[in-house]
Amino acid sequence: MLENTNVKTLDKVVVRFSGDSGDGMQLAGNIFTNVSAGLGNQVSTFPDYPAEIRAPQGSLGGVSGFQVSVGTGVHTPGDGCDVLIAMNAAALKTNHRFLKPGGVAIIDIDSFKEADLKKAAYTTSDPVAELGIKAQVVEVPVTSMTKAALADSGLDNKSMLKCRNIFALGLVCWLFDRPLEAALRHLRNKFAKKPAIYEANAKVLQAGYDYGHNIHASVSTYRIESPDPKPGVYTDINGNTATAWGLIMASEKCGRPLFLGSYPITPATDILHELAKRKDLGVKACQMEDEIAGVCSAIGASFAGDLAVTSTSGPGLALKSEGIGLAVMAELPLVVIDVQRGGPSTGLPTKTEQTDLMQALYGRNGESPLAVVAPASPTDCFTMAFEACRIAIEHSTPVILLSDAFIGNGASAWRIPTADEFPTIKTPDVPADMLANGSWRPYMRTENLGRYWPMSGTEGAQHRLGGLEKDQVSGAISTDGVNHEKMVELRREKIARIANDIPAVEVMGDADSDTLLIGWGGTYGHLRTAAEELCRMGKPVAFAHFRYINPLPANTGEVLARYKKVIVAELNTGMFADYLQCRFPETRILRINKVQGQPFAVSEVMEQTVKLMED
Amino acid sequence: MEENKTFTPANFKSDQAVRWCPGCGDHAILNTLHKAMAELGIAPHMTAVISGIGCSSRLPYYMNTYGFHTIHGRAAAVATGYKVANPEMTVWQISGDGDGLAIGGNHFIHAVRRNVDINIVLFNNKIYGLTKGQYSPTSDRGFVSKSSPYGTVEDPFIPAELVFGARGNFFARSIDVELATSQAVLAAAARHKGTSVVEILQNCVIFNNGIHNAITDREVRAERTILLEHGKKMLFGKEKNRGLVRDGFLLKAVTVGEDGYTLDDVLVHDAHTPSNFLHQQLAMMDGLGELPLALGVIRDVAAPTYDEGVSQQVEEVRAKKGFSTLRDMILAGETWTVE
Repeated sequence: MLENTNVKTLDKVVVRFSGDSGDGMQLAGNIFTNVSAGLGNQVSTFPDYPAEIRAPQGSLGGVSGFQVSVGTGVHTPGDGCDVLIAMNAAALKTNHRFLKPGGVAIIDIDSFKEADLKKAAYTTSDPVAELGIKAQVVEVPVTSMTKAALADSGLDNKSMLKCRNIFALGLVCWLFDRPLEAALRHLRNKFAKKPAIYEANAKVLQAGYDYGHNIHASVSTYRIESPDPKPGVYTDINGNTATAWGLIMASEKCGRPLFLGSYPITPATDILHELAKRKDLGVKACQMEDEIAGVCSAIGASFAGDLAVTSTSGPGLALKSEGIGLAVMAELPLVVIDVQRGGPSTGLPTKTEQTDLMQALYGRNGESPLAVVAPASPTDCFTMAFEACRIAIEHSTPVILLSDAFIGNGASAWRIPTADEFPTIKTPDVPADMLANGSWRPYMRTENLGRYWPMSGTEGAQHRLGGLEKDQVSGAISTDGVNHEKMVELRREKIARIANDIPAVEVMGDADSDTLLIGWGGTYGHLRTAAEELCRMGKPVAFAHFRYINPLPANTGEVLARYKKVIVAELNTGMFADYLQCRFPETRILRINKVQGQPFAVSEVMEQTVKLMED
Repeated sequence: MEENKTFTPANFKSDQAVRWCPGCGDHAILNTLHKAMAELGIAPHMTAVISGIGCSSRLPYYMNTYGFHTIHGRAAAVATGYKVANPEMTVWQISGDGDGLAIGGNHFIHAVRRNVDINIVLFNNKIYGLTKGQYSPTSDRGFVSKSSPYGTVEDPFIPAELVFGARGNFFARSIDVELATSQAVLAAAARHKGTSVVEILQNCVIFNNGIHNAITDREVRAERTILLEHGKKMLFGKEKNRGLVRDGFLLKAVTVGEDGYTLDDVLVHDAHTPSNFLHQQLAMMDGLGELPLALGVIRDVAAPTYDEGVSQQVEEVRAKKGFSTLRDMILAGETWTVE
């Protein structure tokens, strides 16, 4: 069951610039404040100077800070910050305590050399571990990039170093989508009498902005919280980490090792990062030479008997299509994670969309059905990653998990489940008597219509798989047309029957109203909030959210038939609406769509729902 | 690798009818592979044969081992995942010049670079057979085929050069009809830990019949090939009186007893020396000019393997950090309690 959650677009973000008192943190902070105010944001600032005007450079006493809160409903500069800029080791030490869980620290890694650490009285060579920082730390070579940007400027070293603050400003402007023109205007005023310095700062500002663009730097400005948390032990988690952990839970529950074959791609790479760390839990995470090798190595691992996963985003899913088709044909368990981003092609790598639905459902040659599931929230990524594994193993099929940039990067408080909250995953082992008497054949069917899944190295279970069509009885290569049609039907029916093994779709909101609002995947938080607001406003709507996409829950048709108006809201031009429409032609599906690389705003969903209700 | 001598070639044969064309060189390679496997003594259930697409890639169906006929070019990636998942298995990859070096070129070089412990058998017939006769990445410049009716205008790969370029540690070569040599190099490839590449010059009787004849014809084979064996003199020719000697930085073929050359001048093959300088020169001899084509194990150097590296790292990290469950790992991080 889906937890009640509220999605909060952080109506304000808090940025804290910190560095040596000579680093110009106040200037960077002030310009960011003014640029934000110019965009119509409310602002509140808190300059945090050191007592001494010029304490020794790099020392703890010499750290200067500037905190600014920008957004709406801003009454204070904020207690904690969402983004901390630390220009040196001392600044990180004195300011990390302001960083909120789930925030991001951006540090100038060039100022974390041995001597810098010594000046700031660190006792180890790993400042992040020493300070116990759990938040994301982005190491940026601010000093060297600033110097590189100004290599042809003719400025001396000292003057170049004075521009470091503006590099950081450029990066923050990228993170929060602030136009550089406004920042340039402020710089021009500031350096009106020093055109060479203005030129240098302008160059560095652009360089910082471009750097953010190039490394796909992003910071989530959303939180999804439960208003009525259950008792238990909690931690802060984002969707990509939750996905990685859900896979590990599935590995524990099926008793097979977890294998990941992957290739770096925004915004899915954090799954690879997390699983690479989890060698401490026995995970084999392999960074392969390309997306195709990612999926193919996973298919190999699955054939060997591991729980096998590949993770990617839309362009990578396109490259993996042929491999996924092989897994469909060989009927091997495989989990494919697609953290969706804006497309087509390279599209909007750091932005969110739900535009890979059709690719996931149909993006392969031939009749190639597979299961598709979509987590609803950052914490639901854990559950649905587990579910993807369970379905893949128990039903001998590839499963595509459609996450997205919004929930992948979005953070939430998460109650850490105990192992008994998740079922044992039953691996379809070849029955021992069949192995003993030699009667097992690789295309024999389990009760779920799946294939048995022997571990490599099992004596007597040697068998040959392949992408060619197989005889439905013997498993030998077959080009017989009638057999092929039977196999096509069998693979279709195998996926269709998963509907008996997944929960029914629930109706939330006002189930007795005339209008049903439908969502799927990562839009859950916004849509549920919108539905509840509408009910409160006296515009009652029912709300159903789909996390099982193929097959759909068994009660889907019955739920749709209960309502006079059915509205599907999604971040594409109507893919899920089309999908439902062709399955349930008797229901006329109305649509709310947005394709701006941004999540829904609750208000726009409410507005458009009311409009459709009143039409 | 646990070895015993209790298997016969028949233990590795499946019940499937072999469907290659009559006279195809693949038949001989299949038979020698069955023999090499029996010689190695690794049980069929501890052996996996993984292939891509092409005539040669049908081979797994004819094996009584674990087998996977995958998709075009991707066998090296599938085999890598398979081996990492279960390092206990002996893993063979069967590939052709089109499958392995064209569409699968990227996976090929990266498998070699990683040094994952798989044995890649590359059937080189310089043609696409399954699609009925197009030029391949190993076809010579000017080669006329259905897709190059006026001759190709591109240079071929030389598989050995690609292997050395990718820092390969095992390269061997044979000819489909040289049964004893094929069996010996296949067994040596399996015994080598790390990526082994065995190039077998194979004759496609239908679309490229006789492509290797200039070297492999019985009348010329002894003069135009040399069988290299570790620790032995590099001698060849019907009378075994021809030998390879150093000529500056290069190699030269001489006749022992002529021009002042004695047996002492003839080089001794060292397949285990880490430098690939001489190995590369030996592997690049083409048999068409002065120098004979090298057969046998040209390079066989020990190096850390990828699959062992992955397993070892997992063990080391686990021993150091020691989380037994996901929940333990999460609870060791930052948490709070809601009553």
